Amino acid sequence: MNYKLSHLDQLEAEAIFILRETAAQFQNPALLFSGGKDSIVMAWLARKAFWPARPPFPLVHIDTGHNFGETMHYRDEFVALLRAQLVVGSVQESIDTGRVVEEKGPNASRNKLQTVTLLDTIEKHQFDACLGGGRRDEEKARAKERFFSHRDDFGQWDPKNQRPELWNLFNGRMNPGEHFRVFPLSNFTEMDIWMYIKREEIPLPSIYFSHQREVFERNGQLLAVTEFLKPQDHEKTDTRTVRFRTIGDATCTGAVESNATTLDDIIAEVAAARQTERGTRADDKRSETAMEDRKKEGYF
Amino acid sequence: MDLLRFTTAGSVDDGKSTLIGRLLYDSKSIFEDQLDAMEESSRKRGDENVNLALLTDGLKAEREQGITIDVAYRYFATPRRKFIIADTPGHIQYTRNMVTGASTANLAIILIDARKGVIEQTRRHSFIANLLRIQHLVVAVNKMDLVEYSEEVFNNIVREFREFASRLDNIVGITAIPISALNGDNVVEKSTNMNWYEGPTFLYHLENLYVGGEENHVDARFPVQWVIRPMSDEWHDFRGYAGRVAGGVFKPGDEVTVLPSGFNTRIKAIHSPDGELAEAFAPQSTTITLDDEIDISRGDMLVKANNPPKVGQDIEAMICWFSAKSMPPRAKLVLRHTTRETQAVIREVRYQVDINTLHKIEGVDTLSMNEIGRIHLRTATLLIHDSYRRNRQTGSFVLIDPGTNETVAAGMIL
Repeated sequence: MNYKLSHLDQLEAEAIFILRETAAQFQNPALLFSGGKDSIVMAWLARKAFWPARPPFPLVHIDTGHNFGETMHYRDEFVALLRAQLVVGSVQESIDTGRVVEEKGPNASRNKLQTVTLLDTIEKHQFDACLGGGRRDEEKARAKERFFSHRDDFGQWDPKNQRPELWNLFNGRMNPGEHFRVFPLSNFTEMDIWMYIKREEIPLPSIYFSHQREVFERNGQLLAVTEFLKPQDHEKTDTRTVRFRTIGDATCTGAVESNATTLDDIIAEVAAARQTERGTRADDKRSETAMEDRKKEGYF
Repeated sequence: MDLLRFTTAGSVDDGKSTLIGRLLYDSKSIFEDQLDAMEESSRKRGDENVNLALLTDGLKAEREQGITIDVAYRYFATPRRKFIIADTPGHIQYTRNMVTGASTANLAIILIDARKGVIEQTRRHSFIANLLRIQHLVVAVNKMDLVEYSEEVFNNIVREFREFASRLDNIVGITAIPISALNGDNVVEKSTNMNWYEGPTFLYHLENLYVGGEENHVDARFPVQWVIRPMSDEWHDFRGYAGRVAGGVFKPGDEVTVLPSGFNTRIKAIHSPDGELAEAFAPQSTTITLDDEIDISRGDMLVKANNPPKVGQDIEAMICWFSAKSMPPRAKLVLRHTTRETQAVIREVRYQVDINTLHKIEGVDTLSMNEIGRIHLRTATLLIHDSYRRNRQTGSFVLIDPGTNETVAAGMIL
């Protein structure tokens, strides 16, 4: 008898273990749900981990107010499918109440502002662990992230002083006011995510698939024209056949030209890709250590 | 597809980053934007060539100081296998990172500079790999181009290494490969400079090595992680025990014993959202229901009666001390083992191991950061355990300082 698990089965078993460990070690965990493919896979795994019970934590959406419409529609349907609770933290509300000041200029983004809304939401609901869909293959600072990642009482990450993680043993002990970020998908790669979505037949927002959209180029990126982001006078718009490799704020997530209309098309495209998926994110391009800097402050 | 986890350890200049960089690059796992970013950073730093180490050194402090501080995880895949690399720094002060990286690996790469041969660091890495029960070593003798691709140099190094490694009893297989990571000799492509070498290339070996027997499929162990009670109309009386199989195979109808209570019952069903399963084996995460209603909670373990684990409070173990603060005498700590957490007191340090010479140092009563030794500890509640040698999951634990919540040590039960 051959008792060997395929790599997807091993990754699934590991992620489910982490999700259950989070439920067991913390009083009040939450799952950060962006409507992107990674958090969709994580929520799907949560459904499996606790089935036939509902996941014992709510889904939390930090809403920048600058979403692609398709994502919001998808969110509500998916939450219903999972029979999960939804908590929304609003960046617009953080702006209205003066907690943050909106960035100005053509490259203004609410990406950085999300951190304040996220930390406020964590404090308001007293969440002591937030499950995130981050993967170690995404970005160089993430490659050093733990499954159970400690945050001090300012929500900060201290990358030089992380707890060692060995075997299947995770240390979630903390002092009052501190919290944890937990990353069940740490060992998935972008390709693994797509292969898992295909295997499990997980429904996805339509903008991951090829469609016609009005776009313009800025700093080598293909940005969508939306009510939140308009081209400047010298920027020429045209309609192209595109899709999104990641889903974030509409103001800083670039599209790629693509004819991929099925999961198989996407998998073939990912296999041949010569750019990382975060290459489509203007927020990572602000400096060499943009991700590490944001993570230290408490970003996802 | 198959998954292989391996760990690499090496110091700044023995070519480890170059080797990893080459594996990632040749398997098309480095992307253009990453390469662009690396070229840009190399240029800013004034490096003459593209510095492949920048790929693994992700943190600002690492880039500033040109050293690797922490374990970095890297991923690549070939049509045959998917690989996870735990890349750990090789400085003497980072033994703890090597131990961490090795704890989840099936294979360790030991890099040797052909000009230097077997050095202290080689012995240290091999000792740690053996201690963590990594069964397969690949000895990559690098920089062969700098010793004129000499067969004699290679053979002498391999002989010396094998002599030393004969004392490492967990190692099942050692494969030595002469390479030049910089020029690519025997990394992915067979070298034309070393026709005397008839073995596999480095990547071919990683892709084809049979790695079995890592999981224990004999001794049935199921640490209960979480109790699932839906409290819904549809699943009114459902009480499922969720966990990850730590050893053996479980099937519906199997007679099981609940530890530590000792009650016997049978497995009613093994559940998944897609229907009931015929069996569950390590390392699957699953949910089990039982025939009888017994009080079972997190930290308990389901086992089969014919090969029970040990149950006790006095534990002999090898530990590696991680904290900058040395072990206080008779330290009272929190011990985390499988899904169980309990208090523990270190009764005695039996000896410390000099990891360069493998000699035992007796008469010590504490361990400091990065030191490894054998201890005797006593736990406040029963520990349901096996020896680490028999089962990595039920034989390992970490120690936590209850004052700071830091993980201060990792242990392997003897």
